[in-house]
Amino acid sequence: MRLLTHNMLSSNIKGVTNGFPLLIEVEKVVEKQVDFNEDFLRNMFAKIEWKALVEASRTMGYTELPENSESSMLNSDEFLRKFHHALLELHLEEGALVCPETGRKFPVNKGIPNMLLHEDEV
Amino acid sequence: MWYLCVFYHRLLEYRKPEFESLAGLFGAFAGTTTGSLEWRLPEDQHPDSPFHFVNIPSEEIARNIASRSILVKGIYELWGEGQTFEELEEAIKSYPDERKLPYLTPDSTFKITVESFGKVISFHEQNNRLQKLAFIPFKGRVNLKNPDHKFFLMDNDDYGSENGLPPIVQRRIFFGREIGAADRKILQTYQLKSRKYLGPTAMDAEMAFLMANQAQVRTGKLVYDPFVGTGSILIAAAHFGAMTMGADIDIRVVRDGRGPDCNVWSNFKQYGLPMPLSLLRADNNLPPWRSGLKEVFDAIICDPPYGVRAGGRKSGGRKLLKGVVAPYTVPDDKRTGHIPSTAPYSLVECVHDLLELAARMLVPGGRLVYFYPVLRENESGDPNFPEHPCFELIASCEQILSYRYSRVLLTMIKIAPYTEDIAEAARIRHSEFKENHLKWLEDGNLHSAVFEPAEIQINGSGDAKFGTKPKYRGKYV
Repeated sequence: MRLLTHNMLSSNIKGVTNGFPLLIEVEKVVEKQVDFNEDFLRNMFAKIEWKALVEASRTMGYTELPENSESSMLNSDEFLRKFHHALLELHLEEGALVCPETGRKFPVNKGIPNMLLHEDEV
Repeated sequence: MWYLCVFYHRLLEYRKPEFESLAGLFGAFAGTTTGSLEWRLPEDQHPDSPFHFVNIPSEEIARNIASRSILVKGIYELWGEGQTFEELEEAIKSYPDERKLPYLTPDSTFKITVESFGKVISFHEQNNRLQKLAFIPFKGRVNLKNPDHKFFLMDNDDYGSENGLPPIVQRRIFFGREIGAADRKILQTYQLKSRKYLGPTAMDAEMAFLMANQAQVRTGKLVYDPFVGTGSILIAAAHFGAMTMGADIDIRVVRDGRGPDCNVWSNFKQYGLPMPLSLLRADNNLPPWRSGLKEVFDAIICDPPYGVRAGGRKSGGRKLLKGVVAPYTVPDDKRTGHIPSTAPYSLVECVHDLLELAARMLVPGGRLVYFYPVLRENESGDPNFPEHPCFELIASCEQILSYRYSRVLLTMIKIAPYTEDIAEAARIRHSEFKENHLKWLEDGNLHSAVFEPAEIQINGSGDAKFGTKPKYRGKYV
């Protein structure tokens, strides 16, 4: 699971009002190279919850992202590279996503987050 | 400018929508408010004929459309047409020299292909027809392998009536210069029989590419498939350069496949395509997207489960939603590794959820492309396709699957933002579906309508419907 996915997901258990961002429990992180696409990054930038991305990348062991961001930073190639790396190249291969409100764990195996709810959670 | 467009005689209803989607993709409608092209049928042609005239702003756009398309055999600059070779000669002679001479120069190479639609013509006959073009002042050299200019002499002559092709009213002969042609080799590369990981409802390559074209997929766009299965639709999108994301409720398909070298990832690897950005297990009925997230996908392309070959599932517990068991809580010590029970997902609800998801998650102007099944009994009236205030339906293309039912590829464009009112209406609808779970399942059951045995009629005329082979098969191709 890339951090792009993490940035889009929340815990949608019935009754949970603030299921975002999910905490990350890391067992295994892998890095996979992805082709750099500037237009895509610029497009995505506006849709990303920056704080959640920074926190998530730190949990995964990557600390290069600046605390705050603004769209003018997109002019810097260095920034784009870091953004690209954090958003698309860090994978949570094994671990879990944890609901910030209830502590319910959504397991991540073989890189696939399992977001299906139990019968009593819908 | 008007061009001659010759289609493959396949998937008849898909041809013009594909062409127009690609025209939009390559900027044919820039600065206009329309989304469709002007078409004209050549004289004496059946509407299903492969020959059409189409008005396209430039040769470059025409070339782009042709080379990206699946169903366009070729686009040609028409030099002349007629019922007879005499008429054709007349027409070519009166076609302006300044349009012809640049392609007849001594330093160029050329090739002329002679074809007849629906018919194989002998080498001898081809030569005879070529001789009739001797009046055209070709100065260049012939090069059959790699010519600078390709010319086509095509006609549709009487080819008998029992071959399933549209009836011929009158012979028509066309001569033109090729602008571009489809590259159907990709269909061979991506054909399902050589793909490693397949499921029972994997989308065949031709249809998957058509869907990607309908969705105007291109480099850098983000495409989502909420029923990803083995990834057969996303593969086509990735081929055209899109970033892909997929979800499925069946974790075995998205996570495990048939082993480390036979799963969705390996399918992408097999073709050297970039991996999906994300695969996850999620329920389309209760999507896990965070609340503020909207307008992220450029296109959503999918083949929802319609309950004929594969049925949809949603979370909530099979017996629970049926009302057979009282609401229960999973005991704490069993929560880890608990496998939730899933309930059948009616098509109506599934499509409703899909439209809601698309309305929220598509960028303005983004496209939703999906299959919708229809029973063919009520062929009389127009089937009622799903509607949504955020969407405009721009194309519906039928593909007949059996005597009983067909599937229609619907292409919808997001024309209005997803408002709080629409979201609220969707929430109410969602709980209605939950309360009347059983009713919806019974109402929308296609499976029995498709597989129920036919009533056998013993009186002589009974099997007339099944017995005779139709003379012209139309949409069956």
